[in-house]
Amino acid sequence: MAKIDKDLRLLFVQEAERPLTRRMFLRRAGAAGLLVAGSGWLAACGGGGGDTTSTSTGGSSTTGGAGPTTTAAGPTTTRALDKQLNFYNWSDYIAEDTIPNFEKEFGVKVTYDNYSSNDTLLAKLQSGASGYDIIVPSDYMVTTMLGLGLLQQIDLANIPNVKNLYPRFREEPFDPGNKYSIPWQWGTTGIGYNTEKVPDFKPSWDMMWDAKYKGHITMLTEIRDIFAVALFRMGEDINTTDPAKIDKAKQMLIEQKSLLKHYTSDTYIDELASNDSWLSHGYSGDVFQAIGENDKVAYAIPDEGAVIWVDSMCVPKDAPHKYTAEVFMDYILRPDVGAAISNYVSYASPNQAAESLVSQEIRNDPGIYPSAEVSQRLQYIKELGDATQLYNAAYEEVKAA
Amino acid sequence: MIQKGEDLLSGGAAASAPAEPGLVGRGLARLRGRRFLVANILLAPTTMWLVLFMVLPLLVVLVYSFGSRGAFGDVVLGFSLHNYAKVFSPLWFPIILRSFGFAAVATLLTLAMGYPLAYFIAMYGGRRKSLYLILIMLPFWTSYLIRTYSWIVILRSQGVVNTVLTSLGVINDPLNLLNTRFSVILGLTYGFLPFMTLPLYASLEKLDKSLIEAAQDLGASRLWTLLTVTVPLSLPGIVAGTLLVFIPAVGDFVTPDLLGGPDQTMIGNVIQSQFLSTRDWAYGSALSFSLMAILLVAILLYVRKVGAEELG
Repeated sequence: MAKIDKDLRLLFVQEAERPLTRRMFLRRAGAAGLLVAGSGWLAACGGGGGDTTSTSTGGSSTTGGAGPTTTAAGPTTTRALDKQLNFYNWSDYIAEDTIPNFEKEFGVKVTYDNYSSNDTLLAKLQSGASGYDIIVPSDYMVTTMLGLGLLQQIDLANIPNVKNLYPRFREEPFDPGNKYSIPWQWGTTGIGYNTEKVPDFKPSWDMMWDAKYKGHITMLTEIRDIFAVALFRMGEDINTTDPAKIDKAKQMLIEQKSLLKHYTSDTYIDELASNDSWLSHGYSGDVFQAIGENDKVAYAIPDEGAVIWVDSMCVPKDAPHKYTAEVFMDYILRPDVGAAISNYVSYASPNQAAESLVSQEIRNDPGIYPSAEVSQRLQYIKELGDATQLYNAAYEEVKAA
Repeated sequence: MIQKGEDLLSGGAAASAPAEPGLVGRGLARLRGRRFLVANILLAPTTMWLVLFMVLPLLVVLVYSFGSRGAFGDVVLGFSLHNYAKVFSPLWFPIILRSFGFAAVATLLTLAMGYPLAYFIAMYGGRRKSLYLILIMLPFWTSYLIRTYSWIVILRSQGVVNTVLTSLGVINDPLNLLNTRFSVILGLTYGFLPFMTLPLYASLEKLDKSLIEAAQDLGASRLWTLLTVTVPLSLPGIVAGTLLVFIPAVGDFVTPDLLGGPDQTMIGNVIQSQFLSTRDWAYGSALSFSLMAILLVAILLYVRKVGAEELG
């Protein structure tokens, strides 16, 4: 779900040993671009706004001949590999040798492009033939895309390694039986905190309502994530569609507002690292990034429960190289390949067979690989269709309060 | 040079519209015929650009604004006013008021800072005028995003300001500067200052300096000259500058997003979240359109009040 593009942060933040993650810069750059484009007069003066977006989408991209390279009309009938595969993934979310090794072994040229948010991905897909064969949406986005008819079913016969997955990733609520999605990496949404500034920390969402830490608490901007925190604290189902419960969660969030520094889905990494924020509702991988920069920061999954998220490989409806995509997915599910990705990006692998190959440091980190007992308390955010509007309306009241 | 027919036409136009200054009437008439055609051909790219990228998108937004959100965040077209009903519910009043308030304060601050600056460059810039202008525009070579980010580095509790003040012994505990009303208005003022300064400079620069000398020769004090001669003559620059700052500032969302806290939400953030987080494009479209309408009315009132004097 939510990690950061390093580019911009490098300008300001000390070091960057960890080759981690994606998101912020592009989003902001995109936002600046919108701002500039939106207010016509500014367009001429806005400078880099638009440009920056394209520079950091970078990676190794030479998109182009996506469509025409398909040899046969029905890729499902041809068992031959195509020469080309177009892969669209979150930025900084893969090991350095994952793609080169695949290219070498299968003789397929992989075009690798990056995005920084589910919204970007969705917008790209909705705007028509994207030419991509594999995309990696988060759990709830898989449901959204299915609802919008943007995905096609995967032929599991071409992916025997699917047996390597942990049982829980074979029966995800958003796609039981992996008909449309093969998990890539997963994590949780918990609390990043400063061990020095918050000496009385206990793993509970109550901490986020502790008036002692007023002005040093941050919450994410994702609506369902915020409400999940309140609902966990109330001991309710985070996917409830009961207006009374949502209303109570809303009151709780309004109450919390005066304690918050702000709502942020990206800057909290820097703030944790620079001791500005002491309690941040955040994505596991983001917090690990802050830990890499400031050893006083720690990550906890609260006892009441937390959101689990998983990003999964899917095949868009109009994918030109479906069979090759399936072969690639099978390759990713090899134990050594899966472990290499986890070792590189510091997220947990959904691949059980890879577990023993994942480095000790990562495997023994309860924030990355929670204990079986904690795992019991992890819940997915489910796409609720029309009921989403209940949350949206409640959120507006929080925002306006 | 001017053909007979055109001359006649221009005479006719001027006669039929006596209120119009003769020059305009003549100019219009001259455009007839071949020149009219040439002018149209030259204007065609701009017109097409505006139609394609301004008029059509606005129409799409308008059509969307009457639709509703599908179960998965798609736009279901239709005709319903419920989005507009939601826009004008009391829920957003405080946020709309705040947006206008922040923008107004930022506009006044940019005017207060931009006017002396523009005045200095126009009157005393001498050979260095271009250098000063380049210095004003220099920050624009960096993206607005990065410049706003720099304010985070300056204002945060262990940022530049607090570190300096603490080490000088001025304060003991870091000041809470970031994520406040102060930081948002500061960010807006900083970001939009050049939009104020440049039009002010343009109008002060072409101001007839002999009028200032005349005022002083006739016994007006420097302050009186400034208030009764210079400022009124630079009114076009003031009008242009305030509009250039105020309009984008009202709708800004990057500044409050990065520098603001939970109580600094502006209307731009509300609109942005309809498109990105709730994915209710129909509602977002209605919000955008309403904001445009409110701004349009405000601008018309303003231009009528101030701009009338300027034209008169």
